[in-house]
Amino acid sequence: MDKKAQPKGNKKPRTPAPEQNPEERKKNFKEVSLGYSPAMAQLEASRCIQCKKPKCMIGCPVRVAIPDFIKQVAEGDFLEAARIIKESNALPAVTGRVCPQEDQCEKHCVIGIKGEPLAIGKLERFVADYERLYREVDVVEIEPSTGKKIAIIGAGPAGLAAAGDLAKWGHEVVIFEALHKPGGVLFYGIPEFRLPKEILEAELDYLKRLGVKIKVNYVIGKIKSLDELMNEDSFDAVFIGTGAGLPYFLDIPGENLNGVYSANEFLTRINLMHAWEFPVFDTPIHNHKTFAVIGGGNTALDAARTALRLPTTEKVMLLYRRSREELPARLEEIEHAEAEGIEFQFLVSPLEVKGAKGWVSEIVCQKMELGELDASGRKHPHPVKEGPFSLKADAVIIALGSGVNPLIAKSASDLKMDTQGHIELADPDINLTSRPGVFAGGDIVTGAATVISAMGAGKSAALGIHRYVMEIKT
Amino acid sequence: MFKILEKEFLASQVFRYLIEAPDIARKALPGHFVIIRLDEVGERIPITISDTDPATGTLTFFVQAVGKTSLEMSLMNVGDFILDVVGPLGNPSEIDLFGTVVLVGGGFGIAAIHPIARALTQAGNKTISILGAQTKERVILEEEMKNASTEVHVVTDDGSYGTKGRVTNILQLMIEKKEPIDRVIAIGPLVMMKAVADLTRPYGIATLVSLNPIMIDGTGMCGACRVTVGGEMKFACVDGPEFDGHAVDFEGLLNRLKSYVPEETEAKEKYLQDTGGACPHVETSRAT
Repeated sequence: MDKKAQPKGNKKPRTPAPEQNPEERKKNFKEVSLGYSPAMAQLEASRCIQCKKPKCMIGCPVRVAIPDFIKQVAEGDFLEAARIIKESNALPAVTGRVCPQEDQCEKHCVIGIKGEPLAIGKLERFVADYERLYREVDVVEIEPSTGKKIAIIGAGPAGLAAAGDLAKWGHEVVIFEALHKPGGVLFYGIPEFRLPKEILEAELDYLKRLGVKIKVNYVIGKIKSLDELMNEDSFDAVFIGTGAGLPYFLDIPGENLNGVYSANEFLTRINLMHAWEFPVFDTPIHNHKTFAVIGGGNTALDAARTALRLPTTEKVMLLYRRSREELPARLEEIEHAEAEGIEFQFLVSPLEVKGAKGWVSEIVCQKMELGELDASGRKHPHPVKEGPFSLKADAVIIALGSGVNPLIAKSASDLKMDTQGHIELADPDINLTSRPGVFAGGDIVTGAATVISAMGAGKSAALGIHRYVMEIKT
Repeated sequence: MFKILEKEFLASQVFRYLIEAPDIARKALPGHFVIIRLDEVGERIPITISDTDPATGTLTFFVQAVGKTSLEMSLMNVGDFILDVVGPLGNPSEIDLFGTVVLVGGGFGIAAIHPIARALTQAGNKTISILGAQTKERVILEEEMKNASTEVHVVTDDGSYGTKGRVTNILQLMIEKKEPIDRVIAIGPLVMMKAVADLTRPYGIATLVSLNPIMIDGTGMCGACRVTVGGEMKFACVDGPEFDGHAVDFEGLLNRLKSYVPEETEAKEKYLQDTGGACPHVETSRAT
């Protein structure tokens, strides 16, 4: 056959992954995306052209050997594919679901220039799920014990990624978690329909099999200081991955009315405390009818879609002050939300929450228009001439991100912070802070960002810690 | 898992617990609180730490059995385990030599003010404690408060014990007699704390109140415990729980505390039904 006549891998369309029907799924908390079958995965993997200099890897904060694992998927050796991923990523079932792949690996995929990029995220998810089902007990090889003790503060994405690498390299790793469940934002923030808790638990089990110890209910900064961890409990190094802290509010009148929630509170009630199963679970959530969610990031969409799934909800509006184009959330999530019936109100900025008898009754808003580019590189919203208007709602969820948690800083005066309280790094390549032996990464350093960038920071810190305990502190 | 080492019934609805929690006991100071969760389906509730013994690794707290979780606790016994206890949370009380400090404890709030009174007395202050309750049997920890303070006054709403009236009556008298008061600390029902703050405001007497709003994580993450103080939003868990009583928006806080009353009632009624009246020390409906 003539070589030119052969259909090239990249000309084939992307293999769609089945999803729960929107009408069905908006009434349940089950996962939206159902994932590839082995045949679908092999078909999709066969589209990879195995670049000599794979650009996809540049886009991956944890540098997964993408072409190598894709090749194994195409050939049907899914367990080998899993082994390859786990060399650099301890939580592939999580990242395969929550990474913004379209802005990372898939953005750089060469076949995406003329056609659709390879579905790297969906394939990673498939491989991780396959491995979880068919090879439960196996772990990657653990190096002989170094006798070094590492403390990790915060069991979120940064801490878990750091813990995975450090345990593999033979260190004794203890994670201290403030809440009663490990996982950080993966547990309290990201809802079941995007990341089933069962999958997170399985990934955590994997870390435990690597020898990682997790101590819950342990607020470092309160129950123990950084000094005590290092001097009294003889940890050789510490990684701080405490994540984002205090939620931002709008600073508009009416924010203390009943029925106004931070996205953190709303999602924590549901995800961590199971409030949607009240009274079987003790923590309640109100029976609201109409929600107004303020914000346009992934957390805002998570909150909106969670609100939609509560049994008494009739309508969920999402208020964003710019247009659809500027929404910071992932496109896939935006499309999912639209299909489920979330009402997007663009170019709308809240001015006041009004109430009746102490409860939210409406939200007064200003219509905006977009002007010139601002410091963030996005078009800046300005109020239009027409006056304010009102939207009826009995609940408001504020999803504008969060500032820094002050607890660690309060207990460690010698740690350098910026003016907002983020920990400053003395060496960003290895996530070293101003204090020897203390490393930090994730939202506590960068401000609110993504799960995978926190994992990337956790991994580079792990490398820094490894070098520090093996070479410097001997 | 945290073992219950002692449990004592004090007065109507009030129980004392001694819990094994060595790491928390080593660090807790007067004014700190813990958040507890009884079991896998439990809610997280904040409870003030009343006493600690670092040597034996124990801490003492009091629980008033008024809601589902506290009722459930009232049925737990020595040897049982509480699934989660996290702390010490919040900022400790400022303990220093102020001169004369008046400590006002209302009802169950006496349990929270006791460790502060003791620490202030040890620091050399003249401590005048005013204990208020609805009726005689609800005056708790009177002996302990006498040992912890220079002077103790007791008032009851119905006059069945001590002076008949309100805690503010005693405080008012002290102010009228021009007794020097350098600081007032009030812990109890919101209306009582508000009344104390309203009384001292015109005289410019520094007045601290300890707030107990709805909380989930207790580490600053959820923002449920937000309260307006001096026109600014504060989080009781990381900025408090003690605040300047003259600056607190009590009305706003009172409203927020009511937000889950229907659900709390539902959970409590269901629990009482499920347990078939097994809570002997508990009034199932309020007297007045």
